This record gives sequence, C-alpha cells and structure tokens, in this order.
Amino acid sequence: MDLDFGPAEAEFRAEIRAWLHAHVPAEPLPSLETEEGFAAHREWERTLGADRLAAVSWPEEYGGRGVTPLQWLVFEEEYYAAGAPGRVNQNGTDLLATTLLRHGTPEQLARILPPIAAGEVIWAQAWSEPGAGSDLAGLRSTATRTDGGWLLAGQKTWSSRAPFADRAFGLFRSDPEPGRHRGLTYVMFPLDAEGLTVRPIGRLDGKPAFAELFLDDVFVPDHDVIGTAGEGWKAAMSTAGNERGLTLRPPGRFMATVDRLVALWRERADPSDTALRDRVADAWIRSQAYRLKGFETISRDDDIGAEASLTKVFWSEFDVALHETALDLLGPDGELESPWLEGYVFSLAGTIYAGTNEIQRNVIAERLLGLPKGAR
Amino acid sequence: MKFVLDAEQRLFAATLHTLLADAGTARAVRAWASGDTKPGRALWSALADAGVFALAVPEAHGGAGPLPVELVCAAEQLGRHAVPGPFVETLAAAELLGRLGDVPLAATWLPRIAEGEALVSLTLPPAVPYALDGDVADLVLTADDSVRDAAVRGGTASLDPARRMLPVVPGEPLVTGAREASAAAYDLGALLCAAQQFGLGRALLDVTVAYAQTRQQFGHPIGEFQAVKHHLAGVLVDLEFARPLLFGAALAYRTPDFSRDVSAAKTAASAASYTAARVALQVHGAIGYTDEYDPSLWIRKARALYAAWGSPAEHRARVVDAL
Repeated sequence: MDLDFGPAEAEFRAEIRAWLHAHVPAEPLPSLETEEGFAAHREWERTLGADRLAAVSWPEEYGGRGVTPLQWLVFEEEYYAAGAPGRVNQNGTDLLATTLLRHGTPEQLARILPPIAAGEVIWAQAWSEPGAGSDLAGLRSTATRTDGGWLLAGQKTWSSRAPFADRAFGLFRSDPEPGRHRGLTYVMFPLDAEGLTVRPIGRLDGKPAFAELFLDDVFVPDHDVIGTAGEGWKAAMSTAGNERGLTLRPPGRFMATVDRLVALWRERADPSDTALRDRVADAWIRSQAYRLKGFETISRDDDIGAEASLTKVFWSEFDVALHETALDLLGPDGELESPWLEGYVFSLAGTIYAGTNEIQRNVIAERLLGLPKGAR
Repeated sequence: MKFVLDAEQRLFAATLHTLLADAGTARAVRAWASGDTKPGRALWSALADAGVFALAVPEAHGGAGPLPVELVCAAEQLGRHAVPGPFVETLAAAELLGRLGDVPLAATWLPRIAEGEALVSLTLPPAVPYALDGDVADLVLTADDSVRDAAVRGGTASLDPARRMLPVVPGEPLVTGAREASAAAYDLGALLCAAQQFGLGRALLDVTVAYAQTRQQFGHPIGEFQAVKHHLAGVLVDLEFARPLLFGAALAYRTPDFSRDVSAAKTAASAASYTAARVALQVHGAIGYTDEYDPSLWIRKARALYAAWGSPAEHRARVVDAL
C-alpha cells in the first residue's frame, strides 16, 4: 500500500502545469450559464482540444492522450489549482463518451468522439420528463420506427446545457409492451433539428442553465442509436453510474476550492470564532477524504458498481457545505454576486441531479447493504 | 501508487477477525466490566501470538515494527469486536518507549509488550488525562517532557462499563527530554483509537443491517422502509470516507504531515462511529437501549471513545493550524 506518484505522473504534472500557466485566461471567463459565457467556454474547449487536453484519458485515436487514471487525477488537480475555466462539455467528455466507449459502434466512436475532444460539438443531456424524474423508467416520450431511423415525439425537461449546446442524447420509449425498463432506445440528436423546440428555463439565479425540449417527429437516423434499439436502459445506467462517480466532480476541484476557502477564512474570519474554524477544518478533512477515496478507487481492480452512489452522496453534500461555509465567512457580502455565490447556486443542484440523493441512498441500502426492496 | 491493502494485509485483518469472532468477545467485555480480566487476558495473549503487539515494537527490542498500516488494520479489528483492555495505550506506549533511545525502561518493557506479557496504561496530559484500566495494568506511565511511572487511585466508571478511568499520581522522572517521543505516542495513539472507532462503527452498521432485515413491523422487515434505509446508507457513506483517511495517515507516519493527517482521520472516525451508534440505537429501538443486549456494549463504547485521545474540536484545531 502506498500513495507514491511515479516519474510518469511527475513528468505529466510538470507538462500540464506549464501548459496551464501559459494558457489559462488571466481574467475569469463570464458565467458559462450565459450566452456570452457559453461561447467563451466553448472557445476554451477548442484551446484545450488543440493540444489534446479536452479528454486526456480517451484513447489517442479519438483525440485524447490515453493517460492512466492516476494521470487523469493529476490533470484535474493541476487544472483546478490553476483556476482554469469550468468545463462546458462534461456531458460529452464524460457521460456520452463513457457510454459510447462501452456500447457504441466503431463508426460512432470515430464520428462522435473526435469533435468532442476538439471542442467542436457541445452536448446536452435529455433524461428527465415532466412525469419522469427520479422515476426515470416512467418516461413517455416516444421513438417510432420510420424509414431508415426513428421519429422522436414528446417532451424532455431539465435538459442541462441545452439552450446553447449543439446536440443531445437521451432515452425514448420505442416499445410500450415489454415493461418499464425495456423497450427504451438510447438516441443522439441535433438540437437544431426540424421539429425540435428548445425553451430555456431560468435556474435558481435566473441564468438559463437548462431547458425544456419539445419534440414533434424529430428524425434520428439508425446510426445515431446507441446499442440495440429497445435495450437503452442498460446503456443509460452505465452512464448514470459514471455520472455519480468521480468524473463529474474530480477531487482536484474540491482541493482547489478548499484552498480558496482557507484563504478566505484567513482574510475574513474572526480568529475567536471556533465554530467557523471547525467548518473550515471539516472542509479540508472532507476534501482530503475525497482525494484519498479517488486514489483508492483507481487502485482497485474491480468495477466500483453501486459504490458510485456513495461518492455521489458524499461530493454533493460536501459541495453545499463548502459553499455555505464560504457564504457565512462573507457575512452580509454573501448574498452579493461573486464566484462563491455562483458556486453555491451550482452546488444546490448537485443533491438533485444525476439521481437524487434519496435515490442514491436507496441504491446504497439495497445494493451495498442488502436491505430488502420495498415500496418507494 | 496502490492505495489498497495488499493480499498479506487483508489476510492479517481477516485472521484477526476470525480469531475474535470465534472467541466471542462480548463475554470477555462483560467479564472485564465486572472485574474479571481473565478472558480479556486470554484474548490479549491470542492477539500477541497473532503478532499484534509486535507491530509497534522495533525489531531491536524483539518486535516487527513499527508497521503503521498493519497497526491500523489490527486496531480496526479489535474495535470491531470491542476487545477490552488498554491495547491502544499499550501500542502508544511502545511508540513512546521505542523513541526514548537506549534506556532501561525501553529495554525492560518493549520485549514484554511485543510478547503480550505487558498491559501498559498511559496518560498524556492534558489530552489523555486518565489511565485506562490502570488498576489492572502491569505498568502505568505518564509522559510529557519526561516519562514517569505513575500510581493510580480511586477510579471512575465510564459510560463504557469495560473502561475504568483512573486518575494518576506521577512518580519521579525516569527519562527526561521526552517531548518528541510523547508527541509521537499521542499521534499514534490517536490514529489507533480512530481505527478502533472505525471498526466499532462498521460492526454497529453490520449488526443493525442484520436486525433491520429480520425485525418485522407493519408486516414487513423494517429495512424495507426508506426512513430506515436512509439512516443506514448515511452511516455507510460516513464510514467509507473515513477509512481512506485512516490509511492515508498511516502512510504519513514519520512525515511532517502525520499529526495533521491523524487529526483528520480521528475527526472523521469519531463522527462516523458515533453516527453509527446513534443510528444503531434508533433502528434497534428499545432493545438497543438495554444493558443485556450485546450491541449496546458497542453503542456505549462509541460514545466513550468519541473524545478519547483528543476531542474532535482539538483535532480540528490541529488540522487548521497545519494548513
């Protein structure tokens, strides 16, 4: 058992640090939840992509660098320590890519992945529907067979990134007969398709971070179906597991935020306020726990499976606590627009999306602890 | 990097678990609480034969250590089975004595500790003020700038009936210039106490899950109800994110980060095991609140250890001071 970085990691870390030093914008980009900010972040993805840094862990043939999981963790540590911009294409680089690498055809991989790695195509997700949130298998939007493909009809909602992204992926019911988890088909479609209306929804702070999608016979060719038609649930769950795990919130992100929190505490706090001091200590302890958990995860030979739910509950609650502590340190300034406030609003969504924490606790209880399934 | 236990370490932990499960430690805990230390002493010898105490004793004194990762594995299993007696104190005393250099106190006691022949109690004022089981220990030490042997007097009952806390009357210094050795003993003791708490929390989760699978109300096992499930899931989250801190701290042994990392692990393990105890009690209901039900021994120990070897507030302050 050890926590040692090898020479390959040290060399990679030095290269990434130098690259970030040369490329990270001196001024923070505008919020990526605005049209202007989205465009700036899209441009940043292209900058990363030009040096094959938008998806470092992907195979080289698709525009990545084929780095090890440990090198990926190192990349993320350096990335957030450098104060580099938020990633506008996580739906593509992490969620969609993970699914495609497991379930996609060689043609799909060759066609879909390189434009993501190059920062050319930004993806949105289209999971939820007005009547299907936590109960995702209850979705009702349909895919109907037509010549050479499928026609999508229905309504999706809470589609993150959809107001400004290029393409989206999601599940549609292609066969109402076989039961809730079968007869679902996983498809990709352009957001400017004929028959598709995107209506942005203001987030808690008013920024259009997500959208409703109205689909009125949107055509999807067969080559944009992932996996077998009607078997989309399994493929989607492999994405969901990934979304809950480390990739959506790399440890480096929390380490950098905690460093800023400690700096804020030194600058603003009354040293005699031990209650706040304890919360700062807890933030550091939790970021250390999360970092070490990451090293543990990549050291294992087996798939973490449902344990991804432990990770999701941990990071989402930690993220909220961390930002609450910062706002409390800011006192009356906490309500004023700032990166801390933006981070706080963002953190509030974390306990809800990617499977609410209540759903995660059900998964933990049933699949990890072996408690019996029951009525929800 | 390989931040998981290797096969040998896993086997060592599994061996201790089997040994203690077969021994049925609850009976030894109750005997210890009533003043009969014989079954506890027998456990102690069995653990010594399995190599537990040698892990903290340097090779020059007949030990195999110090091996901090293996020590954490062992303390976790001893906590899991609520083993009675001052084993954390004895292991911390080995760390203290091992750092004192060539002194008669070390040469006399370290081989005996390694062999399992010495129960040592230790106070490190102010954070560790009472000598645990000092009335039955073979040696009681008090350490700060100097190391003294100490007499014990009186004694106060603990919430954990197997823990007797004794005030000490220190004698003359046996070794001086011991500040660094005392600090090292405190750090190792706090880490092993944290590992003990982690094991205790894990055992409480396991027994509570088993209970929730079988106990029926409203015609269903109570583990079907989300209110119960979510309590138990939260305990697993806390425990799973405390464990890497324990082993991360063990790997920081004898580095400048050790004190900070021990305090992080102790803070997280105190919180996780105490939450596990609260949830265990709540899910068991009234049966968990009874003296005669064995898991209540674990529940009481979890609270007793919460502030042992430094309170969470003290450890949080150490973390912040190190940032």
